[in-house]
Amino acid sequence: MKLKNEMSLTFESRSSNEGFARSAVASFISQLDPTIGEITDIKTAVSEAVTNCIVHAYKESVGQIYINVKVYEGAVVVIKIKDKGCGIHDVKQAMEPLFTTGGEERAGLGFAVMQSFTDKVKVISKEGKGTTVTLEKRLMSRIKDV
Amino acid sequence: MDVKIITDHGEMTAKLYGEIDHHRAREMREMIDSAAERNKPSILYLDFGGVTFMDSSGIGLIMGRYRTMNLLGGEVRVLNIPKSMERMVELSGLSALNLFAKGSEKNEVKK
Repeated sequence: MKLKNEMSLTFESRSSNEGFARSAVASFISQLDPTIGEITDIKTAVSEAVTNCIVHAYKESVGQIYINVKVYEGAVVVIKIKDKGCGIHDVKQAMEPLFTTGGEERAGLGFAVMQSFTDKVKVISKEGKGTTVTLEKRLMSRIKDV
Repeated sequence: MDVKIITDHGEMTAKLYGEIDHHRAREMREMIDSAAERNKPSILYLDFGGVTFMDSSGIGLIMGRYRTMNLLGGEVRVLNIPKSMERMVELSGLSALNLFAKGSEKNEVKK
């Protein structure tokens, strides 16, 4: 796949940055002229991944969250959301719908939503080192070339 | 304001506005719960008609209020979930709890 465009951003794991993060990604993607549905899907998936970094990876602390977005030929969008937090003990279990260690106000749907709202979700995690979530989605873009 | 609370004949409506994520759900939860504990409504309506975006924190907000109202001996009804958020509700399995009503059903219930 030929890379057409790329952006990266780094921000602190404060919950007030959740809106900023999904809007920034949506804004970058918007040059592909996506549908409102596609934008909502991406915003939702990014919001889930960033919330995981804040609620789980950096539970008792504030750390850096790294987002990298690559746009490939054919309107394929690859979004990496990375933290250097506590890591996930059991990725398979964490990805099961309704599993949560986040307490009563968390639905345990984060990964299920990411999977449902994008085409591909990849999770690489190492305890004590951090987690990288990669989301991939092909947009039925109305612009052939970026 | 993100939440508008309306009380009427022992029932309470919380109208939610804007985007619901983990950050904003916390403030909404505090406002709704403190008003519910004060008013002890028989039914709490959560009105999503003014919500422009929600991630799974919106589902957590509904689940949490379901528990709150159980403790207070009342019920929860969810109104006006926007079309774009229906997939989220389906994923959650919450539809099995029968909390979801169309906006117009509320008036029928109240009359």
